[in-house]
Amino acid sequence: MKKDIFKIAGKTLKSRLIVGTGKYKNFSETAKAVSASGADMVTVAVRRINILDKKKPILTDYLNPKKIIFLPNTAGCFNSEEALRTLRLAREMGGWKLVKLEVLGDKKTLYPDMIETIKSTKILVKEGFKVMVYCTDDPLLAKKLEDNGASAIMPLASPIGSGLGIQNITNISLIIKQSKVPVIIDAGIGTASDAIIAMELGCDGVLINSAIANAKKPVLMAKAFRDAVISGRNSYLAGRMEKKYFGTPSSPTKGLI
Amino acid sequence: MAKIQLNGKNILVKTNYSIFDLLKKYNLSNKKVAIEHNGIIIQKTDYKKKFLKNNDKIEVVTFIGGG
Repeated sequence: MKKDIFKIAGKTLKSRLIVGTGKYKNFSETAKAVSASGADMVTVAVRRINILDKKKPILTDYLNPKKIIFLPNTAGCFNSEEALRTLRLAREMGGWKLVKLEVLGDKKTLYPDMIETIKSTKILVKEGFKVMVYCTDDPLLAKKLEDNGASAIMPLASPIGSGLGIQNITNISLIIKQSKVPVIIDAGIGTASDAIIAMELGCDGVLINSAIANAKKPVLMAKAFRDAVISGRNSYLAGRMEKKYFGTPSSPTKGLI
Repeated sequence: MAKIQLNGKNILVKTNYSIFDLLKKYNLSNKKVAIEHNGIIIQKTDYKKKFLKNNDKIEVVTFIGGG
């Protein structure tokens, strides 16, 4: 059997689970959950440093960017200029070219503004960035992102932090079928079984933050997601049985007494 | 002295004060940060060469937890 390798922009990842590092109780819990998740890539945000409290710990005191891949994101950016500014700063900070672009369009649903997203993708690709793009589950727009050089397509399952799971399985399946770059479900996954569904559909990976950080026991949930993603991928590769309308006996009928 | 804005706060710095000096003062020299000087990103190799003037705006950013 061919080895199942997960590659984004030429980078090989051991785990198909990418985790966010927001919303945790403290940095220690973040680090424990990241470790339990088995993820080798984490998303991080870029913000002003606290200059008044010199002793306050920062994320990099707990997660070592030399040991785990930092994927800087543009969370909280509502237009192309803000997103570009953030990622250029991120690149200066760590030299990272692989980034996650997220341009939001609506404060209530946190739905991405796809016009600004496509505009930003084009500019970032031109500047040499490898861009993983958070997007709606519209197959046409996903294709446009790929045509404009996106390194990965990251459609939402449902709104960020909603935990509603995959709301449009048909669209996600269409995006998977048409894409030549990895498709990673980003946003909206609520629990481990949602991740299994995503992986069984043929997604290349999933990105989870709230479902782990907001669980009652985040570290245990991180482990649940680690196993779910492996299980879902194996199930996808194994190829499920056909669905039938009627019963088929599991035991031979020949030799019945 | 020069009056500058650091991450939105007004502070006073000595004349001939560089970005390198500023980072040292706030214990940020060894932290993973990026600097914007009046909207322009400053490369690490230029920290010692960039001196602060009156009304300069400095942004010091780092990575925080995010999804």
